[in-house]
Amino acid sequence: MSATEVLKKTPLYEEHIALKARMIPFGGWLMPVQYEGILSEHQSTRQEAALFDISHMGEFLVEGHYKETGLDRILTQAIGDMPLKSSRYGMILNDNGHVIDDLIVFRLEEEKWFVVVNGATTEKDAQHFKNNLTSPVCFKNVSQDLGKIDIQGPASRDILKSFVEGIEKLNYFEFDQFDLLGENVLISRTGYTGELGYEIFYPWEKTKDLWQKLLENDRVKAAGLGARDVLRIEVGYSLYGHEITEDISPMEAGLTRFIDFSKDFIGKEAVVKQKENGVEKKLIGFKSGSRRSPRVDHKIYNAEKKEIGSVTSGTFSPSLNAGIGLGYIQTDQYEKDAGILIGNEKNQFKATITGKIFFKSDSLKS
Amino acid sequence: MDVEADFLYTKEHEWINIDGNEATIGISEYAQSALGDITFIELPSADDEFDQFEQFASIESVKAASDIFLPMAGKILEVNTELEETPGLINKSCYEKGWMVKIQIAEMEESSNLLTAEEYTNYLRSVE
Repeated sequence: MSATEVLKKTPLYEEHIALKARMIPFGGWLMPVQYEGILSEHQSTRQEAALFDISHMGEFLVEGHYKETGLDRILTQAIGDMPLKSSRYGMILNDNGHVIDDLIVFRLEEEKWFVVVNGATTEKDAQHFKNNLTSPVCFKNVSQDLGKIDIQGPASRDILKSFVEGIEKLNYFEFDQFDLLGENVLISRTGYTGELGYEIFYPWEKTKDLWQKLLENDRVKAAGLGARDVLRIEVGYSLYGHEITEDISPMEAGLTRFIDFSKDFIGKEAVVKQKENGVEKKLIGFKSGSRRSPRVDHKIYNAEKKEIGSVTSGTFSPSLNAGIGLGYIQTDQYEKDAGILIGNEKNQFKATITGKIFFKSDSLKS
Repeated sequence: MDVEADFLYTKEHEWINIDGNEATIGISEYAQSALGDITFIELPSADDEFDQFEQFASIESVKAASDIFLPMAGKILEVNTELEETPGLINKSCYEKGWMVKIQIAEMEESSNLLTAEEYTNYLRSVE
């Protein structure tokens, strides 16, 4: 990013400053990385409830028949069979079968769809939709109209209950329109932390009022991108720009379960070829033998100290009291529970290949 | 930012508290605050020897890693082993309980390469 680029501000910018957040550039936005501290914000999310400003995310509306609009061909996941008021995770791919972005699609009505994409990729994604939908009139980028607050944690339902009538009826990956502080808004039972939680799409200029109101409850703490990253790594969720990029295929990232191979979609030919021939690299999870943590610039070596890959995400995990990470290694080097080394040419520390899910919370589907 | 009046400092934000030929070393309030929650520390062993401004330890916080440099040349006399289990002591008490090592000073005149508390405070103002 060039120093002259003007960073965008969310509707909660002033709130973050008031809470003495440390602000950092993130995907073209000025975002809070932490307030009190990453460890305490992580703990709030795992034990009670935390609020995250996710207003930088992009939102699109698509109107029309799922196939006739071309929407079905843009997305990897099946959407024609989605019940109303449910949502589904998937990806958009380029012709090479590499990931342009990951996203969640919501079925608002029989022929009305809401798509939530990453903040840094919103413009690129919008262009991709416009280029591939059969008619531009069925597409609307509503990112600038909508702020977004995620409330995540085992107590989030209890807390939202006092503001939102009927919130408890939502199951995981379901949503509905609710009255919240006088606004009729979309609330979805989804999130990026592995805990019970909700994503609230709120009118941009009023998001500040909702944030203040929710924070009046002592059980709710503000949490920043730092805690969010630790939380998502602990549950093995990919982050665009790290585990998935335009150089990575869903095969390599282990995301093929979010692809409907029975339908036509952009990039299908390339992905099918990979499925048949296999891929040279594979995303793995690994746990450090100590509190020492993997970092994005670290390499991965096998037990014989031969370089076999690199780290895409790493952190100290408070839930495991150890360093954990995600990264790509050569497929033929993969062996569950194998000892590996993480670091650089000079310094390495021991780690073990594990699954990508390091932590599971009972609250998520409760 | 809290700066201990009688200590000397480096521009890398380490402090040294000299007592005769020996000294205690740690990192400043500014450094611990910038790092955030500290989760891991690698300390040297007793009797290891280092030059002035040589790396002698490394610290990790949840999202970052940093090298720590010795403010003056010397031999390690003692390390704060409590930090291995509770590295967060550095966040809570960087000038007392979060001390890192004690050394036997090799060259006393090297202290002239360090900043006084007043100079360090001014330096912090210039970098903030």
